[in-house]
Amino acid sequence: MNLAELERKLIASARAAAPGESVPYAFEKRILAHIAAHPIPDSVALWARALWCAAAPCVAVMLLLGSWSFFASAGSTSSGDLSQQFENIVLAAVDQEPPTETVE
Amino acid sequence: MEPTEADLIAAVLNGDASSFEPLVRKYSPRIFSTVRRYSRRESEVEDIAQEIWLKAFQKLKSFRSEAPFEHWLMRLAVRTCYDFLRGHQRNRESAFSELTEPETDWLEHFVGGTEAAGESADAARLLVQRVLEQLSAPARLVITLLEIEDRSVKEISVLTGWSMPLVKVRAFRARAEMRRILARIAKDKYL
Repeated sequence: MNLAELERKLIASARAAAPGESVPYAFEKRILAHIAAHPIPDSVALWARALWCAAAPCVAVMLLLGSWSFFASAGSTSSGDLSQQFENIVLAAVDQEPPTETVE
Repeated sequence: MEPTEADLIAAVLNGDASSFEPLVRKYSPRIFSTVRRYSRRESEVEDIAQEIWLKAFQKLKSFRSEAPFEHWLMRLAVRTCYDFLRGHQRNRESAFSELTEPETDWLEHFVGGTEAAGESADAARLLVQRVLEQLSAPARLVITLLEIEDRSVKEISVLTGWSMPLVKVRAFRARAEMRRILARIAKDKYL
């Protein structure tokens, strides 16, 4: 059997038989109904909605932390400002160091 | 005055989904014709065509008006058909002893060197469909576009998104694959 010739004839018959262009009745209506039933999620709108939802809990947490830090600092007995405390802590090791003996 | 394609696309992008309907009506015959090259079952054809249009609606933002809408849509259609072929590669192996009587007759005529009768053109079409169904997805796509639709390598490259050397390589492999299938027919039926 001449396979090249068989291939040529089969391809020729496939070329001759162009597929039909018929479209099912009201196909475009079906597509539009599908689009209406399943709207495309808009990523910007999704982000905006999520951020609005997150805004209220964030404000609540902020208020809680703010009030906690305010009342905690008001109720504490420690005195002096923060810079002084910081300096004391950093220089604590130096302050506690015994005086070095000089060798003569 | 009827709105142009560009007007319709702009309206769809502005949220008027009903403007998509004229586009679907205009290009559906072309879409269905393309899809029928890759699937014989009418229910599958409708599903694929629907998928193409839904993808087109979803991806319409990516359409740049530099090229005609039809070109963009056909690229989408061909790629969706390719995805369908890749997803339906099961059951490709079928015995050629299952050939129908008209198909066998057509082959007998071919082997005998006699010209087949007019009605056997349908048998040849069924036979070529059977052969195409045996091909791998890339082979079937490239044979359909290159040999049956008579498209150039450059056109296929644009439609499929494959590079031109890749199209050539796949065309070479597809022809070899097709010849192997035809050789199997010859072996099954005549040896």
